[in-house]
Amino acid sequence: MAHSARRDSPELPDLSLLKRLVRDQLIYLLEQLPGKKDLFIDSDLMSPLDRIANVSTLKQHEVDKLYKVEHKPIVSISDQICFLIRPRIQTVKWICDVVNADKAAGKFRRYKIIFTPQKFYACEAVLEEQGVFGDVTTDEWAFYLLPLDEDIISLELPEFFRDNFLAGDQRWVRTAGSALHLLHSLFGPFSKVYGIGRCSKMTYESWREQVEQGEQKARHAEIGNVFLIDRDVDFVTPLCSQVVYEGLVDDIFRIKCGCVEFGPEVTSSDKSIKVMLNSQDKVFNEIRNEHFSNVFGFLSQKARNLQTAYDKRRGMDIQQMKTFVSEELKGLKQEHRLLSLHISASESIMKKKTKQDFQELLKTEHCLLEGFEIRECISFIEEHINRQVSMIESLRLLCLLSVTENALCLIRPVSCAGFRQSYGADHLLTFSNLRQLGLLVEQQPGETLTVMESKVGKLVNDRTAVKLTDAFSSLAKKSHFRALSKKLNLVPKSDEEYDLRVPRDMAYIFSGAYIPLSCKIIEQVLERDSWTGLEEVTRLINGHEFAVTGADPKSKSDAQRIILVMFLGGCTFSEISALRFLGKERGYKFIVVTTAITNSSRLLEALLDNNV
Amino acid sequence: MMKSKADEEDYWNSSKYNAFTFDDADDELSALKETKKAVNSIGPLLAEDGEEDWERVSWSGEPVGSISWSVKEMAASNQRADREPAFPKISTETPSLSKSQSGISLSSLFKGETVIRSLLGDSSLRLYTPELRKPKSEYKDLVSDWSAEETVQRLQQGKGVTLEKFRSLQDKLLLLDLAVAAHDGNAITAVLIYLKRTLCKEVLFRELESRQTALRHFIHYLTESREQRLLLELLRALGRTEEAALLQYKDYKNIADENKRRDFLKSCLSLQFGGEDGNHVQDHYTLLERQIIIEAADRKAEREGKLEVFQKFPRKASILNMPLITTLYYCCFYHYNEPEQPAQCPISEKQYFTTALAARAKLKNWTDVDAMFNSRNWLGFSKKKSPLSFQRVVDILQKNSAPTRVLQEYVGLVSDAELRIGLAQKHKCHDIVINTYRDMKDRQQLAEYRKKVERGSAEERKIDELLSNQQIRWKN
Repeated sequence: MAHSARRDSPELPDLSLLKRLVRDQLIYLLEQLPGKKDLFIDSDLMSPLDRIANVSTLKQHEVDKLYKVEHKPIVSISDQICFLIRPRIQTVKWICDVVNADKAAGKFRRYKIIFTPQKFYACEAVLEEQGVFGDVTTDEWAFYLLPLDEDIISLELPEFFRDNFLAGDQRWVRTAGSALHLLHSLFGPFSKVYGIGRCSKMTYESWREQVEQGEQKARHAEIGNVFLIDRDVDFVTPLCSQVVYEGLVDDIFRIKCGCVEFGPEVTSSDKSIKVMLNSQDKVFNEIRNEHFSNVFGFLSQKARNLQTAYDKRRGMDIQQMKTFVSEELKGLKQEHRLLSLHISASESIMKKKTKQDFQELLKTEHCLLEGFEIRECISFIEEHINRQVSMIESLRLLCLLSVTENALCLIRPVSCAGFRQSYGADHLLTFSNLRQLGLLVEQQPGETLTVMESKVGKLVNDRTAVKLTDAFSSLAKKSHFRALSKKLNLVPKSDEEYDLRVPRDMAYIFSGAYIPLSCKIIEQVLERDSWTGLEEVTRLINGHEFAVTGADPKSKSDAQRIILVMFLGGCTFSEISALRFLGKERGYKFIVVTTAITNSSRLLEALLDNNV
Repeated sequence: MMKSKADEEDYWNSSKYNAFTFDDADDELSALKETKKAVNSIGPLLAEDGEEDWERVSWSGEPVGSISWSVKEMAASNQRADREPAFPKISTETPSLSKSQSGISLSSLFKGETVIRSLLGDSSLRLYTPELRKPKSEYKDLVSDWSAEETVQRLQQGKGVTLEKFRSLQDKLLLLDLAVAAHDGNAITAVLIYLKRTLCKEVLFRELESRQTALRHFIHYLTESREQRLLLELLRALGRTEEAALLQYKDYKNIADENKRRDFLKSCLSLQFGGEDGNHVQDHYTLLERQIIIEAADRKAEREGKLEVFQKFPRKASILNMPLITTLYYCCFYHYNEPEQPAQCPISEKQYFTTALAARAKLKNWTDVDAMFNSRNWLGFSKKKSPLSFQRVVDILQKNSAPTRVLQEYVGLVSDAELRIGLAQKHKCHDIVINTYRDMKDRQQLAEYRKKVERGSAEERKIDELLSNQQIRWKN
């Protein structure tokens, strides 16, 4: 990459420590149930579990058979059963059914539930209600943090987003606080914490309380600063199509826990293969943050270099050949394999993208971000819907229109009615969710919000007003994207050429059309070392911003340039790429902690109604 | 617990700072000791004290480390050492307690606010083995003495509590408000479950009305535990009829039989929906009603084998429960030229046009496609008109594998020259490309294009003729 790094970046702390901690803890928990046992695992825990332990680890600790939790009667014949689950009421109800069925059949077994990352009282209440409390022992596996790469840590809690932002349930606040606490005790003490958003504030408080309650050894800080940010501070960014390689791979193939499965169309055989995508993959590591338009050029250069390296063997004598085979060949072969894989993946991406008129789609997105030719955008979206092209894509464009434009009356002609006619009546409920979250707001005919509010304020007494204000709060969640964009210069001037090979700012991750709001805020606060001067911005975002100083950094150590950014509600690979870029420019290193990796599809799928 | 309750409350009321109370510590300490004993017995590897020698592992992670190592790490974090400068508390949005309708005295509120910070001394101990706690009986005596603040703290820490001693409404609500002030959803729900069990609905609903955060948790809890009936009652009691209506409507998904589903939807029409939602439920009902009629007729027709179209293009699935546009497509596919059409659909001309075009193109019925664009003016001249841009029309036709001769006609109608050339090149409509360059008087482009057409073809001859035509005033 042609970035000019300002100065040497500091070394990242070794996050693999986290893996060892949780693995050992899991083993400890398994040993609490001595003897042979069958293990039932929640399906969404399988991949995270795979990253820290393998089957032989489990077998070593007397796990006999492994099953997936399927909410069906079980076939296990073991007399000890262990359930490794997320704390969900329906899963616990199913376990109760299993236990009660055994009881009815006169079968005696020992049961243990290991909740991860923690148990909830609501789950225990189910055990009690179903009369199996006591028959089942419970434990907690504090698996808060899964390092996906040397600079990415995931809580692997996609439900955090819906629970917190849609349902308004704060069950995961403590979890996020504990995760932060764990990082603080391993890599802290932190000297500064910045944040924005309600959930960030609550997470900060929860963490602070845990720090106060617990004791900690003074140690050398490896992470100096922390930035907490709520997903609802910026919905625009995750709604945009990703065009940086890693994000694009995620949009198209869905990266799961740092691993992607390439289907037959990529492998050009009848088999799919799973590939880990992280900095260990030398080829991937060099292209992950690149705009897709650069990837081909890079890969072909790489291929030429590889050819040269192979060609070296010509004219070698026996001894040289021997050295070549033992020292270089293996690495070259590995590189060869990875290279051809990423080339095929890129090809497949190209094919898919040309098929769905990607150019036109991107053009529409860019116009929306810029606030330009909105009528044309609307008619594009309208046609997209009428033609019943991908439902999620249509929904994404509608939401993007709503959050960027805020000229909501415009949405009416496109109208959610057309959407339901194309994709089914049950989306009535989807729209109710989107409205609640402020992602899609339809204008009430006639009156504007302010008029309505002031009228309401005059007409009714206080108590009713509270209720009504609450009802209006979704309407009040109107987006101020346009104003924010102006204030923060999120959309670079379009008359200048943007050279994607030599990015000049974070906008390169969206083809030079838009600097992600979330990352821009982080940049601004770090630059000012406070929120001073950003009052207007925080007001438009509806704030809850804070900046607090804790331990005085004993020295101007490298740790001060390591910044932990915690996204509550998920972050995208594009945002991670943008932060990596920012880090290079400013001599920081970012570690991203997220409740889950998200993208537009995941974000919207979480809001479809069939989700619960 | 050695202190009397009154003493303790005095203490809390006057305390401004974090307190360390030894009676709590005793409890925790003994638990700590027991855990440690258990931990020590796991392996002799556990060192007594001293600096951790952090064994670094490579990113890929070396195979299994020792269990004791991680347990030791946890135990070490419980040992007291020099405290770090604490981070300041920032004001988080807490529900304004003073607004509550519960009649809690101001002083008790004050207590709640300050005491919430005075957390138990040493309680960060993570119990790996709940079984190792004190015997149940002993434990229980202690539990019953905990104050509301301590109880909420224990809830936050995931420890055992008994809520039974909180019997007066004030106590219950104090507990709830403290849990809300702590921002811990798990604790809030725990208290709510207790309140649900011990308060009648009327009182509970009334109190929740002024506690929005708690209310949201309660609604989510009821949703997750699928207590639909209670949830509906709650929403209605709060006057949130629109949400209640949606919730009831949602139930249609659980009804598989189409006739029962239709009847259910009909019964939903009388619910109080908000905004446009009522109309959409009406549309949903009308659509299903229609689909049931079509499905019955077509199934019969298909079985009897009288209609050719069903034999040539067997139906892939039933039309029941499909979206409106899919239904329209289906009708345009199988019933296009029948006099009776489902006409009352609230759709736009564009929607109809797009769908019908796709359906007729799929059947490769180019006559029908052609007819769709015909409009005659009063002199009887026909001119091709379309509510869609011709670019989009070409796109739809091409996706339905229309042959070049069909595509050509519509590519030619694209008004923007650049766009027209682009499409024409893509779909190999040579004539259009050639004519457009001619009209643009662009000799260079035309000469360039000559290289792309087949040698000795009619196109090549046409280009040659044009290039040698002296009458054209080329711009280049």
